[in-house]
Amino acid sequence: MKIAIASGKGGTGKTTLSVNLAAFISENDKVVLCDLDVEEPNSGLFIKGELIHEEEKFKMVPKWVPDKCTLCGLCQEVCNFNAVIKLEKQIMVFPDLCHTCYACSELCPEEALPMVPVKMGELKHFQLNNISFIESHLDVGREQAVPLISQTIEYVEANFDKDTIKLYDSPPGTSCPVIEATKEVDFVILITEPTPFGFHDVKLAIETVKKMHKKFGVVINRYGIGNDDVLKYCKDNDIPLLAKIPNDRFIAELYSSGELIYTKVPEVKKQLKNIYDYILKLKENNKV
Amino acid sequence: MKIAFTTKGTEWDSMMDPRFGRTEFILMFDEEKDELVNFDNRSIEGEAHGAGPKTAQQLLEMKPDVLITGNGPGGNASSVLEQSGTKIFVGAGQMTAKKAYDAYKKNELKAF
Repeated sequence: MKIAIASGKGGTGKTTLSVNLAAFISENDKVVLCDLDVEEPNSGLFIKGELIHEEEKFKMVPKWVPDKCTLCGLCQEVCNFNAVIKLEKQIMVFPDLCHTCYACSELCPEEALPMVPVKMGELKHFQLNNISFIESHLDVGREQAVPLISQTIEYVEANFDKDTIKLYDSPPGTSCPVIEATKEVDFVILITEPTPFGFHDVKLAIETVKKMHKKFGVVINRYGIGNDDVLKYCKDNDIPLLAKIPNDRFIAELYSSGELIYTKVPEVKKQLKNIYDYILKLKENNKV
Repeated sequence: MKIAFTTKGTEWDSMMDPRFGRTEFILMFDEEKDELVNFDNRSIEGEAHGAGPKTAQQLLEMKPDVLITGNGPGGNASSVLEQSGTKIFVGAGQMTAKKAYDAYKKNELKAF
Protein backbone atom coordinates (compact mmCIF):
# COMPACT_ATOMS: atom_id res chain seq x y z
CA MET A 1 0.00 0.00 0.00
CA LYS A 2 1.76 3.12 -1.25
CA ILE A 3 0.55 6.58 -0.31
CA ALA A 4 2.12 9.81 -1.51
CA ILE A 5 1.78 12.98 0.53
CA ALA A 6 1.99 15.83 -1.94
CA SER A 7 0.88 19.43 -2.40
CA GLY A 8 0.97 22.06 -5.05
CA LYS A 9 2.28 24.79 -2.83
CA GLY A 10 5.38 24.33 -0.74
CA GLY A 11 5.24 24.72 3.03
CA THR A 12 1.67 23.49 3.45
CA GLY A 13 2.57 20.67 5.82
CA LYS A 14 3.67 17.63 3.78
CA THR A 15 6.42 16.74 6.22
CA THR A 16 4.35 17.61 9.30
CA LEU A 17 1.63 15.25 8.09
CA SER A 18 4.05 12.56 6.90
CA VAL A 19 6.02 12.24 10.12
CA ASN A 20 3.03 12.52 12.42
CA LEU A 21 0.96 10.06 10.39
CA ALA A 22 3.88 7.62 10.27
CA ALA A 23 4.39 7.85 14.03
CA PHE A 24 0.65 7.50 14.66
CA ILE A 25 0.36 4.41 12.43
CA SER A 26 3.46 2.91 14.05
CA GLU A 27 1.58 2.67 17.35
CA ASN A 28 -0.44 -0.14 15.75
CA ASP A 29 1.44 -1.38 12.74
CA LYS A 30 4.70 -1.44 10.83
CA VAL A 31 5.04 1.54 8.54
CA VAL A 32 7.57 2.84 6.01
CA LEU A 33 8.21 6.57 5.80
CA CYS A 34 10.22 7.59 2.77
CA ASP A 35 11.36 11.17 2.20
CA LEU A 36 11.39 11.71 -1.57
CA ASP A 37 11.98 15.45 -1.39
CA VAL A 38 15.60 14.62 -2.18
CA GLU A 39 16.58 18.22 -2.81
CA GLU A 40 15.56 19.17 0.71
CA PRO A 41 14.74 16.12 2.80
CA ASN A 42 13.56 17.14 6.27
CA SER A 43 11.46 14.29 7.67
CA GLY A 44 14.68 13.17 9.34
CA LEU A 45 14.51 16.21 11.61
CA PHE A 46 11.54 14.59 13.34
CA ILE A 47 12.27 10.88 13.05
CA LYS A 48 15.59 9.95 14.58
CA GLY A 49 16.21 6.24 14.37
CA GLU A 50 19.15 3.90 14.24
CA LEU A 51 21.03 3.97 10.94
CA ILE A 52 20.89 0.43 9.57
CA HIS A 53 21.97 0.94 5.97
CA GLU A 54 23.43 3.61 3.71
CA GLU A 55 24.55 3.61 0.12
CA GLU A 56 25.80 6.04 -2.52
CA LYS A 57 23.56 6.49 -5.54
CA PHE A 58 24.75 6.92 -9.09
CA LYS A 59 23.28 7.77 -12.46
CA MET A 60 24.70 6.73 -15.81
CA VAL A 61 25.95 9.37 -18.26
CA PRO A 62 27.97 9.14 -21.48
CA LYS A 63 31.71 9.77 -21.44
CA TRP A 64 33.43 10.86 -24.61
CA VAL A 65 36.34 8.75 -25.89
CA PRO A 66 38.23 11.08 -28.28
CA ASP A 67 40.34 8.36 -29.91
CA LYS A 68 37.29 6.49 -31.18
CA CYS A 69 35.19 9.52 -32.22
CA THR A 70 34.87 10.60 -35.87
CA LEU A 71 32.84 13.74 -34.98
CA CYS A 72 29.90 12.54 -37.09
CA GLY A 73 27.52 14.44 -34.79
CA LEU A 74 24.85 11.73 -34.53
CA CYS A 75 25.03 11.87 -30.70
CA GLN A 76 24.05 15.52 -30.71
CA GLU A 77 21.24 14.93 -33.18
CA VAL A 78 19.57 12.27 -31.04
CA CYS A 79 19.91 14.12 -27.73
CA ASN A 80 16.64 15.79 -26.74
CA PHE A 81 18.21 17.72 -23.89
CA ASN A 82 21.30 19.36 -25.44
CA ALA A 83 23.37 17.28 -23.04
CA VAL A 84 25.77 16.30 -25.85
CA ILE A 85 27.20 19.13 -27.93
CA LYS A 86 29.50 18.71 -30.94
CA LEU A 87 32.08 21.45 -31.36
CA GLU A 88 34.68 21.80 -34.10
CA LYS A 89 37.12 19.32 -32.63
CA GLN A 90 35.36 17.75 -29.69
CA ILE A 91 32.19 16.44 -28.09
CA MET A 92 31.12 18.02 -24.80
CA VAL A 93 28.86 16.14 -22.38
CA PHE A 94 26.78 17.90 -19.71
CA PRO A 95 25.99 15.28 -17.06
CA ASP A 96 23.38 17.45 -15.33
CA LEU A 97 21.38 17.86 -18.53
CA CYS A 98 21.61 14.14 -19.36
CA HIS A 99 18.41 12.14 -18.75
CA THR A 100 20.20 8.76 -19.03
CA CYS A 101 18.26 7.66 -22.12
CA TYR A 102 21.35 5.93 -23.60
CA ALA A 103 20.44 7.09 -27.16
CA CYS A 104 23.80 8.75 -27.94
CA SER A 105 25.72 5.89 -26.41
CA GLU A 106 23.78 3.08 -28.11
CA LEU A 107 23.59 4.79 -31.51
CA CYS A 108 27.21 5.93 -31.72
CA PRO A 109 28.67 3.90 -34.62
CA GLU A 110 32.17 4.10 -33.11
CA GLU A 111 31.18 3.27 -29.51
CA ALA A 112 32.84 6.51 -28.51
CA LEU A 113 30.29 7.39 -25.79
CA PRO A 114 30.27 4.56 -23.23
CA MET A 115 27.98 5.11 -20.25
CA VAL A 116 29.72 5.61 -16.92
CA PRO A 117 28.32 6.16 -13.40
CA VAL A 118 28.41 9.59 -11.73
CA LYS A 119 27.48 9.97 -8.07
CA MET A 120 24.29 11.96 -7.48
CA GLY A 121 23.53 11.41 -3.81
CA GLU A 122 23.10 9.11 -0.84
CA LEU A 123 20.34 6.94 0.55
CA LYS A 124 19.97 6.22 4.26
CA HIS A 125 17.75 3.73 6.02
CA PHE A 126 16.90 4.22 9.70
CA GLN A 127 14.81 2.13 12.07
CA LEU A 128 12.80 3.58 14.97
CA ASN A 129 10.52 1.02 16.62
CA ASN A 130 7.85 0.24 14.00
CA ILE A 131 8.98 2.98 11.61
CA SER A 132 11.38 2.23 8.79
CA PHE A 133 12.58 5.60 7.63
CA ILE A 134 14.32 5.99 4.28
CA GLU A 135 15.65 9.26 2.95
CA SER A 136 17.80 10.25 0.03
CA HIS A 137 19.85 13.37 -0.28
CA LEU A 138 20.79 14.85 -3.66
CA ASP A 139 24.37 16.14 -3.73
CA VAL A 140 24.76 19.91 -3.77
CA GLY A 141 25.10 21.16 -7.33
CA ARG A 142 23.21 18.26 -8.92
CA GLU A 143 20.24 19.43 -10.92
CA GLN A 144 18.16 16.33 -11.41
CA ALA A 145 16.09 14.91 -8.60
CA VAL A 146 14.17 12.36 -10.69
CA PRO A 147 16.78 9.58 -11.03
CA LEU A 148 17.46 9.64 -7.28
CA ILE A 149 13.73 9.61 -6.46
CA SER A 150 13.25 6.66 -8.78
CA GLN A 151 16.14 4.69 -7.24
CA THR A 152 14.92 5.47 -3.73
CA ILE A 153 11.48 4.07 -4.57
CA GLU A 154 13.18 0.98 -6.04
CA TYR A 155 15.00 0.47 -2.73
CA VAL A 156 11.74 0.69 -0.78
CA GLU A 157 9.94 -1.69 -3.13
CA ALA A 158 12.78 -4.21 -2.91
CA ASN A 159 13.00 -4.15 0.88
CA PHE A 160 9.38 -4.11 2.06
CA ASP A 161 6.45 -6.30 1.17
CA LYS A 162 3.40 -5.13 -0.75
CA ASP A 163 1.05 -4.93 2.22
CA THR A 164 3.18 -2.63 4.36
CA ILE A 165 1.85 0.92 4.47
CA LYS A 166 4.41 3.14 2.78
CA LEU A 167 4.21 6.92 3.08
CA TYR A 168 6.07 8.90 0.43
CA ASP A 169 6.78 12.45 1.56
CA SER A 170 6.89 14.05 -1.91
CA PRO A 171 8.56 17.17 -3.31
CA PRO A 172 6.38 20.28 -3.73
CA GLY A 173 5.02 21.53 -7.03
CA THR A 174 3.61 19.64 -9.99
CA SER A 175 6.70 19.03 -12.12
CA CYS A 176 8.83 15.95 -12.91
CA PRO A 177 9.98 15.15 -9.34
CA VAL A 178 6.38 15.02 -8.07
CA ILE A 179 5.28 12.90 -11.04
CA GLU A 180 8.12 10.47 -10.30
CA ALA A 181 7.25 10.31 -6.60
CA THR A 182 3.53 9.71 -7.19
CA LYS A 183 3.28 7.73 -10.41
CA GLU A 184 3.25 4.25 -8.85
CA VAL A 185 1.29 4.97 -5.66
CA ASP A 186 -2.16 3.65 -4.76
CA PHE A 187 -3.34 6.91 -3.25
CA VAL A 188 -2.30 10.55 -3.04
CA ILE A 189 -2.97 12.78 -0.04
CA LEU A 190 -2.89 16.41 -1.16
CA ILE A 191 -2.31 18.77 1.72
CA THR A 192 -3.10 22.44 1.37
CA GLU A 193 -3.89 25.52 3.39
CA PRO A 194 -7.19 27.36 3.01
CA THR A 195 -5.71 30.53 1.50
CA PRO A 196 -6.07 31.84 -2.08
CA PHE A 197 -2.48 30.77 -2.78
CA GLY A 198 -3.03 27.31 -1.30
CA PHE A 199 -6.30 26.96 -3.20
CA HIS A 200 -4.70 27.97 -6.50
CA ASP A 201 -1.88 25.47 -6.15
CA VAL A 202 -3.95 22.57 -4.84
CA LYS A 203 -6.12 22.92 -7.95
CA LEU A 204 -2.97 22.45 -10.07
CA ALA A 205 -2.07 19.41 -7.97
CA ILE A 206 -5.60 18.01 -8.32
CA GLU A 207 -5.47 18.43 -12.10
CA THR A 208 -2.12 16.65 -12.12
CA VAL A 209 -3.20 13.62 -10.10
CA LYS A 210 -6.45 13.40 -12.09
CA LYS A 211 -4.43 13.24 -15.30
CA MET A 212 -2.40 10.43 -13.74
CA HIS A 213 -5.67 8.60 -12.88
CA LYS A 214 -4.77 8.47 -9.22
CA LYS A 215 -7.19 8.14 -6.34
CA PHE A 216 -6.70 11.08 -4.02
CA GLY A 217 -8.06 13.03 -1.10
CA VAL A 218 -7.42 16.45 0.42
CA VAL A 219 -6.22 17.44 3.88
CA ILE A 220 -6.59 21.06 4.94
CA ASN A 221 -3.82 22.26 7.19
CA ARG A 222 -3.97 25.44 9.28
CA TYR A 223 -7.73 25.17 9.14
CA GLY A 224 -9.33 28.38 10.39
CA ILE A 225 -7.29 30.90 8.41
CA GLY A 226 -8.14 32.15 4.92
CA ASN A 227 -11.53 31.25 3.49
CA ASP A 228 -13.81 28.35 2.56
CA ASP A 229 -12.80 28.06 -1.11
CA VAL A 230 -10.94 24.76 -0.72
CA LEU A 231 -13.78 23.23 1.32
CA LYS A 232 -16.34 24.34 -1.23
CA TYR A 233 -14.23 23.15 -4.16
CA CYS A 234 -13.82 19.68 -2.63
CA LYS A 235 -17.55 19.46 -1.94
CA ASP A 236 -18.57 20.63 -5.41
CA ASN A 237 -16.17 18.20 -7.08
CA ASP A 238 -16.82 15.17 -4.82
CA ILE A 239 -13.25 15.14 -3.58
CA PRO A 240 -12.85 13.33 -0.26
CA LEU A 241 -11.81 15.71 2.52
CA LEU A 242 -9.74 13.46 4.76
CA ALA A 243 -8.90 15.78 7.62
CA LYS A 244 -8.73 19.34 8.88
CA ILE A 245 -5.69 20.18 10.97
CA PRO A 246 -6.39 23.30 13.04
CA ASN A 247 -4.35 26.49 12.84
CA ASP A 248 -2.65 26.72 16.21
CA ARG A 249 0.46 28.57 17.29
CA PHE A 250 1.32 25.72 19.66
CA ILE A 251 1.57 23.35 16.66
CA ALA A 252 4.03 25.70 14.96
CA GLU A 253 6.08 25.86 18.17
CA LEU A 254 6.25 22.06 18.43
CA TYR A 255 7.18 21.81 14.76
CA SER A 256 9.94 24.34 15.05
CA SER A 257 11.51 22.42 17.93
CA GLY A 258 11.48 19.22 15.87
CA GLU A 259 8.74 17.55 17.90
CA LEU A 260 5.80 15.41 16.91
CA ILE A 261 2.46 17.16 17.24
CA TYR A 262 -0.27 14.58 17.61
CA THR A 263 1.04 13.34 20.95
CA LYS A 264 0.44 16.79 22.42
CA VAL A 265 -2.56 18.08 20.47
CA PRO A 266 -5.56 15.74 20.83
CA GLU A 267 -7.41 17.33 17.90
CA VAL A 268 -4.49 16.47 15.57
CA LYS A 269 -4.51 12.88 16.83
CA LYS A 270 -8.22 12.70 16.03
CA GLN A 271 -7.63 14.01 12.50
CA LEU A 272 -4.78 11.54 11.94
CA LYS A 273 -7.09 8.74 13.03
CA ASN A 274 -9.57 9.85 10.36
CA ILE A 275 -6.83 9.56 7.74
CA TYR A 276 -5.61 6.21 9.07
CA ASP A 277 -9.14 4.81 9.04
CA TYR A 278 -9.53 5.98 5.46
CA ILE A 279 -6.25 4.26 4.52
CA LEU A 280 -7.32 1.02 6.22
CA LYS A 281 -10.58 1.09 4.30
CA LEU A 282 -8.69 1.65 1.03
CA LYS A 283 -6.37 -1.21 1.91
CA GLU A 284 -9.31 -3.48 2.54
CA ASN A 285 -10.92 -2.50 -0.78
CA ASN A 286 -7.64 -2.99 -2.65
CA LYS A 287 -7.48 -6.60 -1.52
CA VAL A 288 -10.85 -7.45 -3.06
CA MET B 1 37.38 41.92 -35.56
CA LYS B 2 34.03 40.11 -35.52
CA ILE B 3 31.74 41.20 -32.72
CA ALA B 4 28.60 39.24 -31.73
CA PHE B 5 25.61 40.62 -29.81
CA THR B 6 22.66 38.87 -28.15
CA THR B 7 19.67 40.87 -29.43
CA LYS B 8 15.90 40.97 -29.77
CA GLY B 9 16.06 41.99 -33.44
CA THR B 10 18.22 42.15 -36.54
CA GLU B 11 19.11 45.87 -36.76
CA TRP B 12 21.63 48.16 -35.10
CA ASP B 13 18.63 49.83 -33.42
CA SER B 14 17.35 46.53 -32.00
CA MET B 15 17.42 46.14 -28.24
CA MET B 16 19.95 43.81 -26.74
CA ASP B 17 18.59 40.56 -25.25
CA PRO B 18 19.99 40.35 -21.71
CA ARG B 19 19.75 36.54 -21.82
CA PHE B 20 22.49 34.51 -23.42
CA GLY B 21 21.09 30.98 -23.88
CA ARG B 22 17.59 32.11 -24.76
CA THR B 23 18.53 35.17 -26.81
CA GLU B 24 16.19 35.71 -29.75
CA PHE B 25 18.90 36.66 -32.24
CA ILE B 26 22.65 36.69 -32.53
CA LEU B 27 23.76 39.80 -34.40
CA MET B 28 27.34 39.85 -35.70
CA PHE B 29 29.27 42.84 -36.98
CA ASP B 30 32.36 42.23 -39.10
CA GLU B 31 34.44 45.40 -38.70
CA GLU B 32 36.76 44.66 -41.65
CA LYS B 33 33.94 44.00 -44.11
CA ASP B 34 31.64 46.57 -42.43
CA GLU B 35 28.91 43.93 -42.61
CA LEU B 36 26.09 43.13 -40.18
CA VAL B 37 24.72 39.55 -40.25
CA ASN B 38 22.25 37.83 -37.95
CA PHE B 39 21.25 34.38 -36.80
CA ASP B 40 17.61 33.72 -35.86
CA ASN B 41 17.81 31.82 -32.56
CA ARG B 42 14.09 31.95 -31.74
CA SER B 43 13.64 28.17 -32.07
CA ILE B 44 15.46 27.97 -28.71
CA GLU B 45 12.13 28.82 -27.08
CA GLY B 46 11.05 25.22 -27.72
CA GLU B 47 14.05 23.76 -25.91
CA ALA B 48 13.14 22.81 -22.37
CA HIS B 49 16.72 22.02 -21.42
CA GLY B 50 20.22 23.04 -22.40
CA ALA B 51 19.52 26.34 -24.13
CA GLY B 52 22.88 27.67 -22.93
CA PRO B 53 25.17 25.04 -24.48
CA LYS B 54 23.10 25.02 -27.67
CA THR B 55 23.34 28.78 -28.22
CA ALA B 56 27.03 28.67 -27.27
CA GLN B 57 27.60 26.02 -29.91
CA GLN B 58 25.85 28.17 -32.52
CA LEU B 59 27.91 31.17 -31.50
CA LEU B 60 31.17 29.22 -31.81
CA GLU B 61 30.23 28.25 -35.36
CA MET B 62 30.02 31.97 -36.20
CA LYS B 63 33.57 32.41 -34.85
CA PRO B 64 33.32 35.88 -33.32
CA ASP B 65 36.33 37.45 -31.59
CA VAL B 66 34.11 39.23 -29.08
CA LEU B 67 30.67 38.51 -27.56
CA ILE B 68 28.63 41.34 -26.04
CA THR B 69 25.65 40.31 -23.94
CA GLY B 70 23.61 41.24 -20.87
CA ASN B 71 23.58 39.00 -17.81
CA GLY B 72 26.33 36.76 -19.09
CA PRO B 73 26.29 33.06 -19.96
CA GLY B 74 25.59 30.44 -17.29
CA GLY B 75 27.89 27.62 -16.24
CA ASN B 76 27.15 25.15 -19.03
CA ALA B 77 27.34 27.79 -21.78
CA SER B 78 30.54 29.20 -20.29
CA SER B 79 32.26 25.83 -20.42
CA VAL B 80 31.47 25.67 -24.16
CA LEU B 81 32.59 29.25 -24.78
CA GLU B 82 35.86 28.55 -22.96
CA GLN B 83 36.74 26.22 -25.82
CA SER B 84 37.18 29.27 -28.05
CA GLY B 85 39.17 32.44 -27.62
CA THR B 86 36.04 34.60 -27.72
CA LYS B 87 36.24 37.49 -25.27
CA ILE B 88 32.97 38.11 -23.41
CA PHE B 89 31.65 41.47 -22.23
CA VAL B 90 28.49 41.81 -20.13
CA GLY B 91 26.16 44.48 -18.77
CA ALA B 92 24.77 45.64 -22.11
CA GLY B 93 21.32 44.10 -21.58
CA GLN B 94 19.35 47.37 -21.56
CA MET B 95 20.94 49.07 -24.59
CA THR B 96 20.42 48.95 -28.34
CA ALA B 97 23.03 46.95 -30.22
CA LYS B 98 24.52 50.21 -31.54
CA LYS B 99 24.82 51.69 -28.03
CA ALA B 100 26.34 48.41 -26.82
CA TYR B 101 28.90 48.55 -29.62
CA ASP B 102 29.78 52.17 -28.80
CA ALA B 103 30.10 51.30 -25.10
CA TYR B 104 32.39 48.41 -25.96
CA LYS B 105 34.54 50.69 -28.15
CA LYS B 106 34.85 53.14 -25.27
CA ASN B 107 35.86 50.30 -22.90
CA GLU B 108 32.75 50.90 -20.82
CA LEU B 109 31.62 47.25 -20.65
CA LYS B 110 32.64 44.76 -18.04
CA ALA B 111 34.70 41.75 -19.09
CA PHE B 112 33.03 38.44 -18.07
